[in-house]
Amino acid sequence: MTVSSLSEKKIFETVSLADPDREIGSVFCCDLLSIAMGKAPADCAWVTVMSNINTLAVATLADASVVILAEGQRPDETVAAKAAEQGVNLFATPLPIFEAALKIQELL
Amino acid sequence: MSEPIVLKYKVTDGEFQHVGEASSSVKKELRALGVSPDALRRISVAMYEGEVNMVIHANGGTITVEITPQQVKMILDDVGPGIPDLEKAMQAGWSTAPDEIRNLGFGAGMGLPNMKANTDTMEIDTRVGEGTRITMTVNL
Ligand SMILES: Nc1ncnc2c1ncn2[C@@H]1O[C@H](COP(=O)(O)OP(=O)(O)OP(=O)(O)O)[C@@H](O)[C@H]1O
Ligand SMILES: [Mg+2]
Repeated sequence: MTVSSLSEKKIFETVSLADPDREIGSVFCCDLLSIAMGKAPADCAWVTVMSNINTLAVATLADASVVILAEGQRPDETVAAKAAEQGVNLFATPLPIFEAALKIQELL
Repeated sequence: MSEPIVLKYKVTDGEFQHVGEASSSVKKELRALGVSPDALRRISVAMYEGEVNMVIHANGGTITVEITPQQVKMILDDVGPGIPDLEKAMQAGWSTAPDEIRNLGFGAGMGLPNMKANTDTMEIDTRVGEGTRITMTVNL
C-alpha cells in the first residue's frame, strides 16, 4: 500500500503528503528516538507520540515511509512546515498508538 | 586512485532545531553519488547518533566525512567533557541525559550501540576534560 492510498482512506488526518508514492512495508511503534533509529525497518509506518523536529530527522534518516502522530499529539507549525520541506509524510490521529498501528496493519 | 571527496560540518551546541542537518546533507550527497540504500541508511544512523551526542553531551564540534569508492569515513570531533567510563557508555540503555533531553525523546542509551552496530569500524578516543574523537567507517 502506498502512503497516498492510506491517506485516501481518511483514517488519519493528513498533515503532509510530501512523498505520496512511498510504499508502506510494515508498522513500527516507539517513542524513544534512538531505539526507533536502530530498530525501525526501512519503509515502515512509524506510529509515535513524539512530535518534534527530531522525529522528522529520525524518520528521514531511518527511511520510514510515513510518521503517524497518535494520541491527539499535534505537530506545531514548525514541524508541519519542516515535514513538507524535508519530504516527510506526516499524519495525525486522536487514536491511541496501538489502535492506529492496528488500522494500518489490517490494510497491509 | 582518485582523491577522496571531503565534506565538513560544524555542529552547534544546544541546537536542537538543527541537529540532524549534517547527517541529512551527507545522506543527500551520498545518494547522488549512487551509494546503496542499505549503506546509506547505516551511514545516516551512525552519523546522526554521533551528531546528536555532540549537541547533547559535548559542546558541539565538527564532523568530517571522507568518501572514496570503497568506503565512507566519518570523523566526529568535540571539545566536550569526554567520556569517563567508556565501557559503561557503550552499554545499551546507559545514559546520563538530563530530563529535559529525555522529554525530547532522547536518552534511551542506544546512540553509541547504534553507531557500533551500523559501522564496519568504530574507534573512540576520549579524554576527560578535553574532548572526544570518534572515527567510524562504513564499507561500500
Ligand atoms: N560526545 C560525547 N561527549 C561526552 N559524553 C558522551 C558523548 N557521547 C556519549 N556520551 C556519554 O555516553 C552516554 C551514552 O551515549 P548514547 O548515545 O549511547 O546514549 P544517550 O545519548 O544518553 O541516549 P540516546 O542516544 O539513546 O538518545 C551518554 O549518556 C553520555 O554520558
Ligand atoms: Mg546518544
